[in-house]
Amino acid sequence: MQYSYYPGCSLKGSGRAYEESVLAVFDHLGIELKEIDDWNCCGATAYMSVDERRSFALAARNLAISERDMPESPMVVPCSGCYVTLNKTCHVVKDYPAIKDDVTKALDRAGLKWKNQVPVRHPLDVLMQDVGLDRIKEAVVKPLKGLKIAPYYGCQIVRPYAEFDHQIHPTSMDRMFEALGATVVHYPLKTKCCGGSMTGTAPEVGLRLVYLLLKEAAKREADLMATVCPLCQFNLDAFAKEAARAYGPVNMPVIYFTQLLGLAMGLSEEKLGLQRNIISAKNALKGAAAAAAR
Amino acid sequence: MMDRGNGNGRSDLRIGVYVCHCGINIASMVDVKRVAEQAAAMPNVVVARDYKYMCSDPGQEMVQQDIRELNLNRVVVAACTPLLHEPTFRGACERAGLNPFFCHMVNIREHDAWVHEDREKATVKAIDLIRAAVRRVKHHKALERRTVPINPNVLVVGGGIAGIQAALKIASAGRHVYLVERELSIGGHMAKFDKTFPTLDCAACILTPKMSDVKKHPNITLWTYSEVDKVDGYVGNFKATVRRKPRYINEDTCVGCLECIDACVFKEPRFTDEYNEGLSKRKPMHIPFPQAVPQVTAIDPETCLRFKTGKCKSSCVTVCDRNAIDFDQKERIEEINVGAIILSTGFQTFEPKDRLPQYGYGIYDNIYTALEVERLVNSAGPTEGEVVLRDGSKPRAVGIIHCIGSRDTKSNIWCSRVCCMYSLKLAHLLKERTGAEVYNFYIDMRTPGKGYEEFYNKLLEEGVHFIRGKVGAVNDWAITPEEEGRLVIRVEDTLGGFVRRVPVDMVVLSTGLEPHKDAEDVRRKFNISCSPGGFFLERHPKLAPVETASGGIFLAGCCQGPKDIPDTVAQAGAAAAEALALIDKGVVELEPNTAFIDAESCSGCKSCLSLCPYTAISFIEAEKRAEINEALCKGCGTCVAACPSGSIIQNLFEDEEIFSEIAEVLSNG
Repeated sequence: MQYSYYPGCSLKGSGRAYEESVLAVFDHLGIELKEIDDWNCCGATAYMSVDERRSFALAARNLAISERDMPESPMVVPCSGCYVTLNKTCHVVKDYPAIKDDVTKALDRAGLKWKNQVPVRHPLDVLMQDVGLDRIKEAVVKPLKGLKIAPYYGCQIVRPYAEFDHQIHPTSMDRMFEALGATVVHYPLKTKCCGGSMTGTAPEVGLRLVYLLLKEAAKREADLMATVCPLCQFNLDAFAKEAARAYGPVNMPVIYFTQLLGLAMGLSEEKLGLQRNIISAKNALKGAAAAAAR
Repeated sequence: MMDRGNGNGRSDLRIGVYVCHCGINIASMVDVKRVAEQAAAMPNVVVARDYKYMCSDPGQEMVQQDIRELNLNRVVVAACTPLLHEPTFRGACERAGLNPFFCHMVNIREHDAWVHEDREKATVKAIDLIRAAVRRVKHHKALERRTVPINPNVLVVGGGIAGIQAALKIASAGRHVYLVERELSIGGHMAKFDKTFPTLDCAACILTPKMSDVKKHPNITLWTYSEVDKVDGYVGNFKATVRRKPRYINEDTCVGCLECIDACVFKEPRFTDEYNEGLSKRKPMHIPFPQAVPQVTAIDPETCLRFKTGKCKSSCVTVCDRNAIDFDQKERIEEINVGAIILSTGFQTFEPKDRLPQYGYGIYDNIYTALEVERLVNSAGPTEGEVVLRDGSKPRAVGIIHCIGSRDTKSNIWCSRVCCMYSLKLAHLLKERTGAEVYNFYIDMRTPGKGYEEFYNKLLEEGVHFIRGKVGAVNDWAITPEEEGRLVIRVEDTLGGFVRRVPVDMVVLSTGLEPHKDAEDVRRKFNISCSPGGFFLERHPKLAPVETASGGIFLAGCCQGPKDIPDTVAQAGAAAAEALALIDKGVVELEPNTAFIDAESCSGCKSCLSLCPYTAISFIEAEKRAEINEALCKGCGTCVAACPSGSIIQNLFEDEEIFSEIAEVLSNG
């Protein structure tokens, strides 16, 4: 099946490693991701709280373009923020005729029509449901044996819509990592807040959340944390040192689930963007491999 | 009595129209005076009146007086739904000497006043509906109700406290009862409890005498480990097929000495004991609990070596000097005839494992459901009443979380009614047995019952803690040294206005009540309806709380909705009284709105045969035509609509009655 692909701003900036690993993994599995033409902001961040309708219109423009160019294809959205905003737009436009009218008028001005028929899918969803664990297992050439992973889902890919996993206790990544040969540590904070934009606006709140998440993963003896969201990754990676200064020492690499999947499939660290981490995961990966060899 | 004729000829048709205000229910949206005036001018209408409460005694008397004095031969009552008052007005007509089926109701409340906002349009609609009825009644015929004798036996399905109570009441009144229970013993959920709220009397002490009364009663046939497979027939004359599953022990010869259990080749119990909610082990040869009724063991063929491998020295057989063990026992089918059926099939508790994983059940060992804790505190339970956690330790602090699976659109929307009270009971027992600090996390405390609020106050005085707030999560995420290695309950304390983290060693989930997972199958089997949540639907929530829409089938206990033991016992008594009232009449009157076949025009195509949901239609080979058994026909009309030659006619729904009604209601357009 062919999928349309909406990267969003993060995957072209701070989350480049996410885009690199998503594209590499999908390419390796022979699944085509076609980036939609002339996409714009998903409508997340400040828009949603300042003017919901403009936010819906922005999101709908991306969906309309995808539907126009690839009417049969679901849209793959790796960023949790984009994913929830685009999904929310589909739900709200379906449920509230007045908002649908506004959105339709806005799209009309841009010469676009939208039937709300494009499903918004997260790559974790596509990999688990459409590709399936059997095919993923077949593609594994370097099992992640000995690697202990804390799976961290963040809040937005399962809340509020829970399209493909439980909204409080998701297990998709857990099952995927076990299929890759890794050990999944019990991580009760798997859907707790990463701090979001609080790390910037209210650091005393955001940094503490960052610290608690990293600390708990370390306490559970995880080698690294895996995430599905560029904002979670950014907060936990970029603010780790500051959080450690404020609350106590902690050293926990945080990487994307697609990077782990790529490593198990034998793709190069470079190709998967592993060199882009601030807290490098390379030692953790090497250490686990060495432990497994012993 | 004066001859009022059948009125089928226009000339002698004399119709009375009665428009009810229903207080302001109808009168506030429909101009009832104008409706009555308009009705008075309709063809063949001799009199039209409006009245505040037509169903009241003076209202009925008004109708009766008009029938006598004005020589009416048709009555049209425009009021509420016929479901509520059709019997009332038909009865009034009958008392005045008019055939009750010459009376027809027009629903201007539910179908008009309650669903419209424009008084003018609602008034016109009422007039239209009445004009249609006035034309319809012209075609009505005098019909007779048939009576058939009633079978005096009663079937009670489900042997929990509801079924036990109902069976004993009916048996004591001298009627025969078949009590069918799915499990190995009667007793239901109540038999699993240690104490009952709010009096804290021992559940076994009050229940087991009743259980043994059931076994001893000469009027009760008790079939445990049995299920009703099929029900045919109708009120007063049901035929039920009961499947009795093999327990591989002859119930008539076993005396319950339990020596076979000791003798079983498995020296130690190794298999999950379902009765103890999996908190202990049992052998393949087992009895669910010491006071089980019947006091007869059973073999679980899934774990018994004899069944699994064919190779076992079967020492159970050797020790049984009654020769009660029968490995070849087969399933038996019993067919019984009964006049009434009481459903008391109970409930299941909410399963929190996959449905509410945030509460950690199945993830952390020391999180229990309330039913597990009932077994844990029970002196006949897996630990003989000692509260020991799965890891062998005793809790220093216990958290009881209310409303698990209740009062939430994500699980079940309803309040399960018993959880607040049983949580209080468990709080008391856990504190008494362990000395632990006990915390109750509640959304609202609901204690409406005799002595219930007093019990709550007693718990407050005992020093049990109450925190108002819906718990967000339970897990082992420790931040402080005090929390290390324990379960942490996170909750928004809505009275304090802040978020709490409460470390405990044991968590009790007060799981709610919900319909059995096969309630839908049971519903279909007995041809009754379910409420939106899936509990069985009573005929009227206030005025017919134990009846169902199917005559002769009654409800008792939690199959109708969550309730506590006092309410269940009261309802079971009511269901028994209803069943007795039905069968003691000796005969049942059947409504005449049945279908019949015009023998002349039936082409013998057999289309109707398979459609009848009540198997009331048979085929007479000799005459090559179908025939309807009026006693079985419920008047659903399915065959009438399907008959290609139009040879099936239904009383009160004849073509000319319906077509004239439609034509008239549309004539105003």
